[in-house]
Amino acid sequence: MSWASELPPELLCRPVGLVVLTGLDTTYNAVHKAVWDAFCNNRRPDRVPLHFRALELDHVYPKAKPKRTSYEWYIPKGILKTGWMKKHQNEVPAVVVIFFDLDWDDPMWKERQMECSTRVEIVRNSLQGRGTKIAVVLLQKSAPLPPGEDQGAAERASSFCSACDISAKSLYVLPQTDHLLGFTIRLENAFYELAQSYHHMEARKVKSHKDFLNRTTHQLLFVRHQFKTAFFNELKQDTHTAIKHYKQAYGHILEQRMHDTNMLEIKTIAGFVNYKICRLSFQHNVPLDAIAQFRKHIDFFKNRVGIPELAFEHSAWMSRQFQLFGDLFDEAIKLGLTAIQTQHPGFYYQQAANHAIFRKQLCHGLCVDQEKQPNAAILEGLEHLDFYGQRSWRQGHQSIEPPDPQKEKEGIIALQALERKVDHCWIIIPLLSSAVAQFRKYKSPRMKRYLMVQMGEEYFHAKDFSKALMLLNKVTWDYRMEQWWPLLTSILETSLKCAYLTARVQEYVANCMELICKNSQCSLDTKTRIQMNLLQVLSHEGPSSEPGLDQKCMEQAIKAWSEFKAKPHVFTIEMQGLIPFIECKARFVGETVPADGEVHLEVCFRVTCPLPVRFSKLRIQLSNPRYQQNCELTDVRGTNAASASREESDSDDLHLEPGKPRLYQFSFLPVKEDVGGQIDISSVTLEMGMESGCCAVLRWMGAGGESLIGPAPVVGPSKKLPAGQTFDWALFKVNPIIRVTPRKALLQLSVDHQSPCLINEFYTMTVTATNTENTSIHNAKLSLGLQTDQEGYDATTHICSSSPEFDGTVQGEPVKLDLGTVKKGDKVTKQFFVKCLQSGNRSLSVKVEYTVDVKQGQHAVSCQCVKEEVVTLPAVAPFEVSLLLQSLKFEALEAVHAEEPFLLMTDIRCTSPWPVDIKTSSVTLSEYIKTASDVFDSQVEGVQLNKTECASECLWLVAASCIQPSVAMGTYTIHWRRQGEDTPYVSTSFPLPTVNIEHIPISVHLQLPAFGRVKTLLPLTYVIRNRTAYVQELEINMESTDNFMFSGNKQTRFRVLPAEEYRLLYNFFPLVAGQVALPRLHVNMLRYPGTMDDLIYSMLPSHIFIRPVGKSLQMPT
Amino acid sequence: MSNMAVCVAVIAKENYPLFIKTTPTDNELQFYYTVHTSLDVVEEKISSVGKNANDLRELYLGLLYPTEDYKVYGYVTNTKVKFVVVVESSNTSLRDNEIRTMFKRLHGAYVDMLSNPFYNPGENIVSRKFENVVMGMMKQD
Repeated sequence: MSWASELPPELLCRPVGLVVLTGLDTTYNAVHKAVWDAFCNNRRPDRVPLHFRALELDHVYPKAKPKRTSYEWYIPKGILKTGWMKKHQNEVPAVVVIFFDLDWDDPMWKERQMECSTRVEIVRNSLQGRGTKIAVVLLQKSAPLPPGEDQGAAERASSFCSACDISAKSLYVLPQTDHLLGFTIRLENAFYELAQSYHHMEARKVKSHKDFLNRTTHQLLFVRHQFKTAFFNELKQDTHTAIKHYKQAYGHILEQRMHDTNMLEIKTIAGFVNYKICRLSFQHNVPLDAIAQFRKHIDFFKNRVGIPELAFEHSAWMSRQFQLFGDLFDEAIKLGLTAIQTQHPGFYYQQAANHAIFRKQLCHGLCVDQEKQPNAAILEGLEHLDFYGQRSWRQGHQSIEPPDPQKEKEGIIALQALERKVDHCWIIIPLLSSAVAQFRKYKSPRMKRYLMVQMGEEYFHAKDFSKALMLLNKVTWDYRMEQWWPLLTSILETSLKCAYLTARVQEYVANCMELICKNSQCSLDTKTRIQMNLLQVLSHEGPSSEPGLDQKCMEQAIKAWSEFKAKPHVFTIEMQGLIPFIECKARFVGETVPADGEVHLEVCFRVTCPLPVRFSKLRIQLSNPRYQQNCELTDVRGTNAASASREESDSDDLHLEPGKPRLYQFSFLPVKEDVGGQIDISSVTLEMGMESGCCAVLRWMGAGGESLIGPAPVVGPSKKLPAGQTFDWALFKVNPIIRVTPRKALLQLSVDHQSPCLINEFYTMTVTATNTENTSIHNAKLSLGLQTDQEGYDATTHICSSSPEFDGTVQGEPVKLDLGTVKKGDKVTKQFFVKCLQSGNRSLSVKVEYTVDVKQGQHAVSCQCVKEEVVTLPAVAPFEVSLLLQSLKFEALEAVHAEEPFLLMTDIRCTSPWPVDIKTSSVTLSEYIKTASDVFDSQVEGVQLNKTECASECLWLVAASCIQPSVAMGTYTIHWRRQGEDTPYVSTSFPLPTVNIEHIPISVHLQLPAFGRVKTLLPLTYVIRNRTAYVQELEINMESTDNFMFSGNKQTRFRVLPAEEYRLLYNFFPLVAGQVALPRLHVNMLRYPGTMDDLIYSMLPSHIFIRPVGKSLQMPT
Repeated sequence: MSNMAVCVAVIAKENYPLFIKTTPTDNELQFYYTVHTSLDVVEEKISSVGKNANDLRELYLGLLYPTEDYKVYGYVTNTKVKFVVVVESSNTSLRDNEIRTMFKRLHGAYVDMLSNPFYNPGENIVSRKFENVVMGMMKQD
């Protein structure tokens, strides 16, 4: 049937002008061969569109028909002759080029010129009546001179032209130089111009016929002439004019008288012209024009079927039209056109496929087997018709009625017979596959899937069942996911047929399972039938066939199924990959289970198929395979159903009835290695059938429950349970994980301690563990340590047991003590010492781990138990120490004077809630500070402090003269412990303040007695010492006062040698009693005038106590 | 006169059918496929609007795609429930405006149906009243 809808290759290709090269001896002449190669080989796309042929000089071209002078009596026999396009592309040249070896200075010039003109004449004769251009190319050995310089050549050229009767423009010279390709390109450009002018003339010639035509008899010629004009223009590469004429041709086609006898011809030519218009529109980058033209074309012709008996021809033609347009569209996209989701080649391929499918259906309907052998001879010459689209038995006939009804009938029957031989599936499938590729590209996954379903069905019709099955399997998943049950059911029905016909047990069983579920749209009868088949297969029998199958295929299938019976089959079906007839949910009862408790596991099933089902084995796989034997259930009823009574409530019966969910329970003890971890349900499997025969293993990963279509809608608990049902399916919550916790420890743990803990002390914690188990415990281990989340404290918390020791390295790790075996009711007491180096709250965990043998039924189970107590321990400082620097006058000092004694006052204030024993205190001084006294005796030795009580110490210190302006003085340490404890004393150190040391060049010291008496001599000596290495000149001035009379220098000036002292002696005579201010001594150093006065004043005592005169017992004399 | 619509479908947010009604035909499945494949275009149209949150999407999506024999129109509610109406290509009496009105009526009927407290969203639509409205759209004029 290909002949009616196929487009000839000369229509599909781009027409280019034909140029014939003659006179080239490509076999024996190397130069000619090179010239030919330059023209023909490796033509790049940028070269002019021409088609070259090398022909003999005396080649016979198609004869030109004598020109018609009048169309008056001419009746056309058809629209377009089949040979015409081919003739003008390949046989009738636009240009004939005669190559001739001749140099301008050829000695035999005259003879050679004669020879050439003869050749031109031969060619011209063979092209009699045609407008073909003739050109001569002289192949010359010598390079040409620039134009105008070679006078002889010009003369000879003109004589040559006149001898050959060609115009000067048609004579070319091709020198045999290195630049052959360049010359060739120039030559071919010249030929191209000649060819274009030839095609132009031809087109005009055809056009000129128009005047002779009349509308009544020459309708066909209108089309033909426009088509030819367009085609010549296309040859001329004038596509814009070409499309104009094609459109006119198309318009004329639509005006034709159409009847059944000529419909095929008209459609064929319309298809041609439409193809050309669309192709050129895409080429001109006006795709919308192309689409519009195509729509118009299809809309016009889609209902013009033609001869009803040959309706499949119409479908074939339609299919072909769509396919061609799809190809053109796709081609344009490859060249840069952009398509969109709703307008792309896929739609056209899809439509082409639809028409092809329709054609197949028509073929099945129309082409029924005839008893009579069709007359094959009537179709002879089908491939070589005179006109496109005509019937082989009445070519050239243009009347409305077929000339010979009998022959017509025979012809139709013969065509139908021919159609029957066509394998339509292999036409449809590639079309669908093209469409699939396009829809995939334009983001239409559902359309793509639909086409794949169609492809699968087509493979099914083509009896390639395994391929059909594979294709359908690819898409069912998506239909399942989107819950389009009617579509899924229809696809599954086809795959079931395929699976049956190929005897693929696993696919067959899986398809059955899905088709009998509640979502399947099959009728109840069908479901019942399918389930019966399923049960049959699982009892290792061949199933009965699916309805509506081909007899021959069925026989093969029965054979294949009998092979199936020969050996056992065991296969696994993943239930979460489909929508099965059985649902499964599994759970652990409870979130956690103690190590010595039983794990309860429940599984429930529900079937939605029409008939009850019996399974053979139920298995639940847990994360730990050691429980396997506890989680298996084998149906024993099925095997000896006769003996078992129906009434007995049972757990080993895997018989499930539709609509009645069943619950199965398992329990087991957790094993030791799972304690502290968890047990997962990794999968649930249900076996159907016998392992020795055919066994389907239905597997749910995890605990089942959620199927592809998501969780079931929540149903309120108010629903009443149907009678005989012990649990509510909807409320059964899947729980695939249970945590196994350690057994609860029966051990009393008490921690005795006196909080808060004081920083640095050895804090005693007494841990007492009492075994309250029924039996003795083993491997008991007691540990005390920081809780794991107490990071940051491990460097400041020292833990030790047995004896309080600290060697400076902090042991922050938990301390473990082995308690061994503790008898029932026994008590173990252990002491721990904790030393906290910083304040803050610490959480300490006290833990006892042990094993105990527990009786669980008949078994004794060894259990690990842990008892833990957490103690929060606040650490506080035992005391606050404030350190003060004072002068000897008990005045606060900001800076000390070098080599001047000063005081350090320590105030120890107890902040501990517990009384504290201070053993002693000590001071560690830096090298620049010394005690002014010889030995340091602690003044707080043996002092006891209660909360908020204070103790003070006073240290007499002196600073050495040094260069640093400020020095750290050292540390002050207290050795102490909590009162009433026998733990070792601990020491807590406090850093002494940093002091600034000032250097005073002189020191002034006043030597005076402890007190004076009124009116009694009071001698005073001011000692002024020069501390510098230089002689210092001083000026002093003693203030006068009312309290004293004194003798000595009131004002003087003197020098003090380095490191020497100068004494100023005064005799004071106190006048008043009491605490009396001394007169001020002003010292002025001439080197540092005005700076010393205040400094000196602070060095000197300001007052003196003056006693009054005692009443003498003796009367004054 | 020809039918108004040949197929009316309500599709859930998750793209499974809630309701499909077709004129009695042997090839009901074909309509199912037509509706199902039209979801490709619906999804594309919804997602292309979603990029700009500011512009309010019109519920009526217009002609989804033409086939040789049918025209498929789409409408998406704000809750992403889709309505698809298929009319015959030969039916020239139905213009864009008529289709819009049809969808408005369908939407109204859907809202009425949804207001029924005994209806759980996501379940297949079995309401007789809703069906009558749909039947009205498919009835011969």
